[in-house]
Amino acid sequence: MSAPAWVEKHKEKIEEIIARYPKKRSALMPLLHLAQEERGWIADEDIEAVAAILGETKSVVESVCSFYSLFYRRPMGKYVITVCGNITCGLSGAQELVDHLERRLGIKVGETTPDGLITLLVTGECIAACDGAPALQVNLEYCGNVTPERADEIIELIKKGEDPAAISDRFGIPPVKAV
Amino acid sequence: MAFEPVLTKGIGKLDLVDIEVYESQGGYQALRKALKQMTPEDVHNEVKKANLRGRGGAGFPAGIKWGFLPDDGRPRYLCCNADESEPGTFNNKMLIEYNPHLLIEGILLAAYATKAAQSFIYIRGEFKRGYETLVKALAQAKAKGYVGRNILGSDFSQEITIHRGAGAYICGEETGLLSSLEGGRGEPRIKPPFPAVSGLYGCPTVVNNVETLCNVPFIVDRGAEWFLSIGTEKSPGTKIFSVSGKVRRPGNYELPLGVTLRELLEEHAGGLLPGRTLKAVQPGGASSPVLLPEHLDIPLDFDSVQAAGSILGTAGVIVFDDTVCMVRTALYYADFFSHESCGQCTPCREGTAWTARILRRIEQGQGTEHDLEVLRSLKETMSGTTICLLSDFSITYLQSVLKHFEDEFKAHVHGRSCGLHAREVRSA
Ligand SMILES: Cc1cc2nc3c(=O)[nH]c(=O)nc-3n(C[C@H](O)[C@H](O)[C@H](O)COP(=O)(O)O)c2cc1C
Ligand code: SF4
Repeated sequence: MSAPAWVEKHKEKIEEIIARYPKKRSALMPLLHLAQEERGWIADEDIEAVAAILGETKSVVESVCSFYSLFYRRPMGKYVITVCGNITCGLSGAQELVDHLERRLGIKVGETTPDGLITLLVTGECIAACDGAPALQVNLEYCGNVTPERADEIIELIKKGEDPAAISDRFGIPPVKAV
Repeated sequence: MAFEPVLTKGIGKLDLVDIEVYESQGGYQALRKALKQMTPEDVHNEVKKANLRGRGGAGFPAGIKWGFLPDDGRPRYLCCNADESEPGTFNNKMLIEYNPHLLIEGILLAAYATKAAQSFIYIRGEFKRGYETLVKALAQAKAKGYVGRNILGSDFSQEITIHRGAGAYICGEETGLLSSLEGGRGEPRIKPPFPAVSGLYGCPTVVNNVETLCNVPFIVDRGAEWFLSIGTEKSPGTKIFSVSGKVRRPGNYELPLGVTLRELLEEHAGGLLPGRTLKAVQPGGASSPVLLPEHLDIPLDFDSVQAAGSILGTAGVIVFDDTVCMVRTALYYADFFSHESCGQCTPCREGTAWTARILRRIEQGQGTEHDLEVLRSLKETMSGTTICLLSDFSITYLQSVLKHFEDEFKAHVHGRSCGLHAREVRSA
C-alpha cells in the first residue's frame, strides 16, 4: 500500500513534529492528529503510515489510537456535532437538545446524514463548558446555551458551509457574564 | 472596595492574547526580573514562601513539590497539566483562551526555578481553540526572545512544546498524562516512584496545573508577602471558582480563597433561579462530597471545606436545586467514571461499570434494598486497591448522597419515582 498523501505533503512538518520531543515515540499522537486533519478520520493506511514513520508496529499505533475518543476510526461527516452529556449539561436539557437534533437531522446519535454533511455524537467527557450548558462542539468549536432555536440556527449555518470557528464566534460562551 | 482579580484581570476587556497588550499590562516583567535579579533558587524560595498550593485538585504546595527533584544529572522536565476534564471545572480553559501569555510566563519561571531542560503543555484535545491560541502566543513570545535560546540575553534557555490530547479524562492524572505524552495509551502508573523522581522518559518531572503556574509571575513580581496577604493563612492567594448548575449567572469568578460559599453563589453567581430552593452544592468536581444549605457560610479554602466533610478540589462548584434528582446526579457520575476508567485495575473497571448498572436500575425504579447495601459497601473494594485515585474518587460523591439523601434512594427503590424531571443523555 502506498503512503497516504499527507506523508509527502507534510514532509517538513512531520520532521518538525518529531524534533519537538526528546523521544520519537512522543510524536505518535501529533501524527495521528495530522492524519485526521487531512481525512477527517483515521484510516488503516494512516495507522500504517504513522507506524512506518516512527518505526513502531501497526498494533502499537492502533492500540494507542483506540484509547482516545477523539481519534475517529470510521468516516465522519464534514461537520461533527458533539453534544456534552455530562452532569451540568444533562441537568440543563442536553437530552432534549439531542432529541431535537435527531429529529431535525433525521439521524440517530452516532450516525451521519446521508449527504455526508453532519455526524451527531454525544460525549461522556465533560467538555468544560458548564457555564454555557447545554453545550456542544462543532468540529471542536464551542457553542453554548444551545436551545432548540439556536441549534436550528447553527444547522442553517452548517448547511451554508460556514466555518466552525465563525459559528463559535456567534454562538460561543463569553468569558465574562453580563450582570 | 471590590476585590481586584489577579489572574483574570483584563479578561473580557483587553485582548491579552496580543503580546503587546499583555506587555502593556506589566506582562513578562516578572520574567525580566527573575533573569536579571534572581537565581533559580531565589524564585523557588519565593514560591515556597508564598505557599502556593496546587490548583489542580490536591492543593499540594508547588514549592515543596519542586524541591523533590533529585539533583543527579538527568534532564528535568516541566509539564503543565492543561487536560482540565473534571466535570464542572472550566477555569483553565478561560486562562488558556484569554490569557495565554500569563501561562507561558508562569511556565518559563517554573522551568527556570526547577532548572528544567524542556517544558510541555498537555492540553486536552477538545480545547482546539485553546491549542491554537497557545500556538499563536508561543510564536509571538519566541519572536520577542522570551522563549528559546538565551532568553533576554541570559544563560537561560527553554523550549515549550504544546501537546494535544485526544479525549481521555484519565490523562489529567499526572502519570496518565506522562504515559500519553510519551506516545502511549494514557494509562496511569503505580506511585512511587513519583514523577519528581521518575517521570517523563524516566526523568525527574514536575507536573503542575495551569492555574497554579499562572500564579507564579505575580509571586515573583510582587513577592510572597503580597501573595500571603490574599486569602487565608493556610490557603493564600485567589482561586478561580467555576460555578455552574442551577444558578442565574454561571461562570468563572476569581476571588480570594476563603470567600464564603454564600457570597460566591449569591453575590457573584447571581443566586438561585427564580422560586427555587437550594438542595446541595458540590464544591470541587465530580468526586467532592455534597455540601448542604447549612454549609453556606463556610469559607471556601482547602482546610475549611475538608473540615465540612468535602474537598475544595478543582473549585468547580455545581449547584443543585429542588428540581434535581440526587439519584440521577449519582448516575451521571457513575456513567462518567465507568466511561473514563482506563481499565487497568479490576476493581475500577468492573466496579465503576457495576456501580452505573446498579444505579441505573435504582433510578428506573427496579432497585432493591440490597442494591443500596452494595453501593454503601463499595469503599471496601474500590478504595485503596488500584493504581490511581480514579477508583477511590468514583465513589466519594455517591457515598455522600447515599447518606444525606437516603430518602430519595429509598423512594426509587420502593417503586415510587421521586417525581423530579430526570432524563438520561443517551450516547450511541
Ligand atoms: C483521575 C484524576 C484526574 C485528574 N485530572 C486533572 C486535570 O484535569 N488537571 C489537573 O491539573 N490535575 C488533574 N489531576 C491531578 C493531577 O494528578 C496532579 O495532581 C496535578 O496536575 C498537579 O498539579 P498541581 O499540584 O499544580 O495542582 C487529576 C487526578 C486524578 C486522580
Ligand atoms: S484506578 Fe481506574 S483509571 Fe486508575 S489506573 Fe486503575 S483502572 Fe485505570
